[in-house]
Amino acid sequence: MNFDYTEEQQMVRDSIARFVQDDYDWDTRRAIVDSDEGMSRENWQTFAELGWLSIPFSEADGGFGGNIVDMSVVMEEMGKGLVVEPFFPTVVLFGGVVARAGDEAQRAEILESVIGGETLGAFAYVERQSRFAINDCKTTATANGDGYTLNGEKVVVFNGENADKLVVLARTSGGQFDEDGLSLFLVDANAEGVSKVCYPMMDAQRVANITFDNVQLGAGALLGSEGGALPVVNDVVSEALIALASEAVGIMGTLNAKTLEYTKTREQFGVAIGSFQALQHRMVDSMMAYEQAKSLLFKALCEYKIDPASAEATIHALKVLIDRNGKLIYGEAIQMHGGMGITDELDIGHYAKRLMMINATLGDGTFHRSKFIESTYAAA
Amino acid sequence: MDIALSAEDLAFRDEVRNFLDTEFDAEMQAHLKSRGSKGMVEWQQKLYAKGWVAPNWPVEHGGTGWTATQKYIWESERSLRGIPDVVPFGLVMVANVIMAFGTDEQKEYFLPRILKSEDWWCQGYSEPGSGSDLASLKTKAERDGDDYIINGAKIWTTYAQHADWIFCLVRTDNSGKKQEGITFILVDMKSEGIKVNPIIGIDNEHNLNEVEFNNVRVPAKNVVGEVGKGWTVAKALLAHERTGIAGVADIKRNMRLIKEAAASEVNGGQRLMDDPGFQQRMADIEVELMALEFTELRTLATMAAGGFPGPESSLLKIKGTELQQATQELRMEIAAYYQGVLPTDMDPEVLGHEFGSDARRAFMYGRAATIYGGSNEVQKNIISKYVLGLE
Repeated sequence: MNFDYTEEQQMVRDSIARFVQDDYDWDTRRAIVDSDEGMSRENWQTFAELGWLSIPFSEADGGFGGNIVDMSVVMEEMGKGLVVEPFFPTVVLFGGVVARAGDEAQRAEILESVIGGETLGAFAYVERQSRFAINDCKTTATANGDGYTLNGEKVVVFNGENADKLVVLARTSGGQFDEDGLSLFLVDANAEGVSKVCYPMMDAQRVANITFDNVQLGAGALLGSEGGALPVVNDVVSEALIALASEAVGIMGTLNAKTLEYTKTREQFGVAIGSFQALQHRMVDSMMAYEQAKSLLFKALCEYKIDPASAEATIHALKVLIDRNGKLIYGEAIQMHGGMGITDELDIGHYAKRLMMINATLGDGTFHRSKFIESTYAAA
Repeated sequence: MDIALSAEDLAFRDEVRNFLDTEFDAEMQAHLKSRGSKGMVEWQQKLYAKGWVAPNWPVEHGGTGWTATQKYIWESERSLRGIPDVVPFGLVMVANVIMAFGTDEQKEYFLPRILKSEDWWCQGYSEPGSGSDLASLKTKAERDGDDYIINGAKIWTTYAQHADWIFCLVRTDNSGKKQEGITFILVDMKSEGIKVNPIIGIDNEHNLNEVEFNNVRVPAKNVVGEVGKGWTVAKALLAHERTGIAGVADIKRNMRLIKEAAASEVNGGQRLMDDPGFQQRMADIEVELMALEFTELRTLATMAAGGFPGPESSLLKIKGTELQQATQELRMEIAAYYQGVLPTDMDPEVLGHEFGSDARRAFMYGRAATIYGGSNEVQKNIISKYVLGLE
């Protein structure tokens, strides 16, 4: 039994931390967020050169062949630096689907350019009505001789504004809520019939609502088996939930550290506010909330490494705890910073907003508590 | 980042299962219920015979030399069967102090006796006027030739009525800061001048006591560590985190009992187990418990690698006791009216419920967990000062 990171993982961690420290200070980040694209292409190239974009992909696909722990290390450090470049949508979601569902030719075509930093991707799976139910899908792909015709709309597509390629979840058969009959399609973001409305989110993500109006797709656009997409998507989601939890743990630790530092230096009534027992005990609660979230992340990582299926209940539990403890930690961070805590100028609020969006991504705490109950108590 | 069990670990687990299933038989279980402290001694002596009574002692003194994983396996298998942990006052608490600070003579005399459960120990820390502010203690030890004469009183002394020995913090000097002038001393409970007054607890049981000292004569050689350095000794003991401090394995067992009972209790035709409200209550506890188990494992792994437990260990007591109480509370809810049943000799069949009285006893006694060993509020003061660096 050990909870240590390997030397290689430590090196990746150090290299991201160094990037954040040297090239991603708060003013630089703010300028990137305010820029036209809301991200830095130059940084993206740096990520490619440093090999971060290759981490989850197999060596056969030209990747680093990393496991879930490697992925977790990257996401945790990205969380600490509040990095806005679209690693999660491009590498974890889009890349994750292509790597799992794509055939050799599709993987060769797409993954090499993702790893090289040439292609930005997005996974379009949310619909206006769907909330967190991925099977709730009205977008259709109808077979038409040697290809498909795609019709429908996806909303809040992460990285939808900048993505060159999309993976779109669409129904090839069955009713709106059926678990069978869902298929995955590779779609060029500039294809005829694709239109999008772009907007920024509170956590600085650039997203889009994307409409597909009789978009013509060749047979080669289908990723994986027709009608059999959901199990693949669920696998990607499991990994993505661990990735998000890792990012959240990075953010929670940073919020606690910043808040602790502030209470040691901020003086009121002639003393540091950290000398007040009423605040001290709350800081202890926040510290415990962070350590507990980290412990549950470790459990998920260890179980997922042995067998992803065995980690199912733990991953649901993890999302519940990230939600619950994240709310405590960002709430306390804002409160302890007083008036400064509710300004746009201070970074605290921005960390809080990213945590809030993580909570709302791929199912919130309430949703995953129900899933946890379903997977744990159904048979009891 | 790895928790996979090795072939050696699996073989060890088989050995543990085999041992527990053989030795914790129906007869042993009956003795534990009917014979009180004598039943516990009988069980500890079985563990001693196997060489497993002191998993956390160094091998040279009779410990097991187990790895962190082996300790975890042992704890899990023990609690799975509802087997109580060893009584900690001798095997865990005073033994660690004697090993770290005792003279060779003390080690040679006391350690083998503790290992064989020949002496029953109790702890004399709290006083009627000194609870969370332990350093304010007033029980006085005055030097008289080769002896000390002790006067004062200790309180909340668990199992003092069974004890052969008590380890005490006493005041040997009043001149300096209150933390100075405290001495750690071992006292034979058969000494003249000791009086044990029972305290009936909120659980209606007699586990707690007040221990009075009236001119009790104790040989000076019973002092452990330096005279006047008892506070350092006591702190080292507190800092010595032990396996299972959070009681994770026992909370898991509580959850199992809860699920079993909730599956048979019925409200208007619906099993409690299927009540969405009840399911959410269980899930909220279980999510936190899954995390706590790994917080404990992180501590075990750090210690096994020779490190000092990190900040993650300091929350074990707080979170562990909170979760213990949360599970005890759920058991009370399951018992409904029967949660009020007092100890009785009545046949459970006649009474209609066996679960209720057990739930009540556990809940009531469980109130102590957030108070003893440094109340949870004191724990937060400690974490705040020593982990977060807030003054």
